[in-house]
Amino acid sequence: MGDKRIFAGGEFLITDAAPEEVFTPEDFTDEHKMILETAKGFIEKEIQPIVDKLEEKDHDLVLSLLAKAGELGLLGTDVPEEYGGLGLDKVSTTLVAEAMGTAASFGVVYGAHTGIGSLPIVYFGNEAQKAKYLPKLASGEWCGAYCLTEPGAGTDALNAKTKAVLSEDGKYYILNGEKMFITNAGWASSFIVYAKVNGQEFTGFIVEKDFPGVSTGKEEKKMGMHGSSTRPVILEDAQVPVENVLYEVGKGHKIAFNILNIGRWKLGASAVGGCKGCVTEAVKYANGRIQFKVPISSFGMIKTKLANMAVKTYMSDSMMYRLAGMFDNKLETLDAEAKKSGAENAKTIEEYAAECSITKVYGSETLDYCVDEYVQILGGYGFCAEYPAERYYRDSRINRIWEGTNEINRMLVPGTMMRRALEGRLNLLPAAQAIAGELMTYSPLSVQLPDTPLALQEHMVKMSKKIALMVAGVAAQKFGPNLAKEQEVLAKIAEIIIEIFAMESGLLRTLKIISKNGEEKAKYQIEAVKVYVDEMVPQIELWAKQIVAYVEEGDMLRTQFAGIKKLARYQPIDAIRLKQSIAARIIELEAYPF
Amino acid sequence: MNIIVCLKQVPDTETQIKIGSDRQSIVTDDIKWVMNPYDEYGVEEALRLKEKHGGEVTVVGLGPKRVTESIRTALAMGADKGILISDGALDGSDSLAHAKAIAAAIKDLQYDLIFTGQRGVDDDLGIVGATLAEALNIPQLSLIVKVEVAEDGKSVKVQRPIEGETLVITSTLPALITAQKGLNEPRYASLPGIMKAKKKPLAEKSLADLGLNSADFGAGARKMKILELTPPPAREAGKIVPGETPQEKAAQLAKLLHDEAKVL
Repeated sequence: MGDKRIFAGGEFLITDAAPEEVFTPEDFTDEHKMILETAKGFIEKEIQPIVDKLEEKDHDLVLSLLAKAGELGLLGTDVPEEYGGLGLDKVSTTLVAEAMGTAASFGVVYGAHTGIGSLPIVYFGNEAQKAKYLPKLASGEWCGAYCLTEPGAGTDALNAKTKAVLSEDGKYYILNGEKMFITNAGWASSFIVYAKVNGQEFTGFIVEKDFPGVSTGKEEKKMGMHGSSTRPVILEDAQVPVENVLYEVGKGHKIAFNILNIGRWKLGASAVGGCKGCVTEAVKYANGRIQFKVPISSFGMIKTKLANMAVKTYMSDSMMYRLAGMFDNKLETLDAEAKKSGAENAKTIEEYAAECSITKVYGSETLDYCVDEYVQILGGYGFCAEYPAERYYRDSRINRIWEGTNEINRMLVPGTMMRRALEGRLNLLPAAQAIAGELMTYSPLSVQLPDTPLALQEHMVKMSKKIALMVAGVAAQKFGPNLAKEQEVLAKIAEIIIEIFAMESGLLRTLKIISKNGEEKAKYQIEAVKVYVDEMVPQIELWAKQIVAYVEEGDMLRTQFAGIKKLARYQPIDAIRLKQSIAARIIELEAYPF
Repeated sequence: MNIIVCLKQVPDTETQIKIGSDRQSIVTDDIKWVMNPYDEYGVEEALRLKEKHGGEVTVVGLGPKRVTESIRTALAMGADKGILISDGALDGSDSLAHAKAIAAAIKDLQYDLIFTGQRGVDDDLGIVGATLAEALNIPQLSLIVKVEVAEDGKSVKVQRPIEGETLVITSTLPALITAQKGLNEPRYASLPGIMKAKKKPLAEKSLADLGLNSADFGAGARKMKILELTPPPAREAGKIVPGETPQEKAAQLAKLLHDEAKVL
């Protein structure tokens, strides 16, 4: 597993990691592979045959499946052994999350239960809370849910109106308020609820379904994920014992945002599973569908779709496991005592906040891209509920909304990184300043690249980083603290940074495969990186230019344009032929090819 | 009771098989290797018997290092120990030689029952079970779908389907059973099982460790030789029966079935 170099959050933008320093699926241990097989086997045998029935929201059925998953240990990967779990690494958790990406609505039940429903207790619960709740959650005896959103507090989560007041005898907090869009609400036994103590201090509580004053409202009628339960949770003078305060009064935001970080990247991992499923299902259909006397997979435009889906999925897959590895390396540095400390856990999880946002945005948008093309490849059948494409399409959409909308996550990417730069945790400023100097002497024409596979792509990833730093620097200089309000600019900076992480993760993984198995065995991965970088470099150049066009004018603008043009200098390659090759591989295997 | 399960690693049944340029072997490059599904029934049955009667389940595999993965899977399902017979000299051996090596690994172990799959889904030969029983001089109960061990642990009653009927057989122990589909529904390896399997003993034995002579193994020692592998014939394109009306189509179809397909 590499040499366990620990990267700071956001450091990828200024440091070029070596392939052996990042975790990739090629590093899976035998145990990892078996965990994936078990999770996949569970879904193939227990979930997929009853997918239609699941859509009916049968409580008993869902809870029995949850218990079965618990028996197999699938719910306990993050729960420490002493509380009935397995305490496995984040790679294992990611593997199970990925497999759950093909479990339709059950994936949502699982995700909310093991993630936001259980992790707040794992990371922030005290001994007594862990002993009381975690064994039940890990076994699936209880289902967990998470109540943050309110009618008036969505993205603006801290604007919660739910109030907690200490009872006269000091034994209870009395909670009043309404939480909205609560996944698993219909069958959950425990809820992590956020409320403001005396209307001021944002605090987390563990609330049981049977506490007096706790009820749920009507099921929402949703576009997708019909098999998951989504209801309001209503607290009317709900009595919550004081020992059920999670972590500390007034520190609910620490729990809320850090748990969302993990939820974001697990969502990304789950989306990867869905993407792989789309590619495989789409190519099976395309190989079997005959039009003009040939399978439609023989048509160039269908081939392009298959290749695009697979290539994006490869990048997404590579970044999910890279981030899992980063977490594992960081968590390994915590000793047993620190692992029990909410503050230490929060600090560790918070480290990769930007990467978590990146994986959430990229994972969910890649899935949306894949489900859309999946429907398109199936044509009219894709629009009919008889084929799974229709459900995939509806189910995917929510991922761009929950766990923080993709808009707020885009803001968080540059926002987090720039804040760290100001705090001195991330050396963005010297790196950005150096570029201005470099640009004076840098000539792309004199660049001599080594004769190694992907040398050009490595170079372009480096140049893209420089472009990102340059335009972020220009924008920061111009707007200062007001940059936070320039959403259009921040969004474009975010796009550039997200694509850098995507390209680099795919690149590093491919370089690792080359060094492990040789160039020949990495043929299709090499092609994937080439076509992806080929598409992204001009795109990044455009975004960068759009940013400076907004920020600068006159001579300064011309200078900036010239600088970006230099850095982004790139000759397009024959991407059509490369995609044909990747598509041929997908068509031959009738499956996701990487 | 102590049970031994023999395990073969085979290409995943969803693998698209390609024949190699030598026309005698398959291309193994992109193959995903899995435990032979019939052996999986054997592992499951052994675990159920162990849960009922106590004892130990030992898994024996043969082949290259990668077979370890399948043995680990069996250990993760709940088996206690693993043995991998691995030796470069085994390359190219036939099933008879495989059975001989497995017999050598088993003969000094304590066992009441041995399970093998009724056949490997790769070459479909179904030889190892019978040969192994012969080498160990114990009864072979083949194609079994139900197993009941007597309370005293001294005999076994099994069922074998034949042409819609069921043959019920009893046998003394030790005996060898070849598992047929329908025997049980194998469990998945649970995550706790997977983590425990890491610490379970897995011994690797070479032919020399088993007191065998390498000269009796390998391609040169084959009694059965594969002359050629051929892919199944490509499916011919379908035919659309011409005709304006259903009557015309039916008449055409009858004609085609009579003249071309010659089934009428």
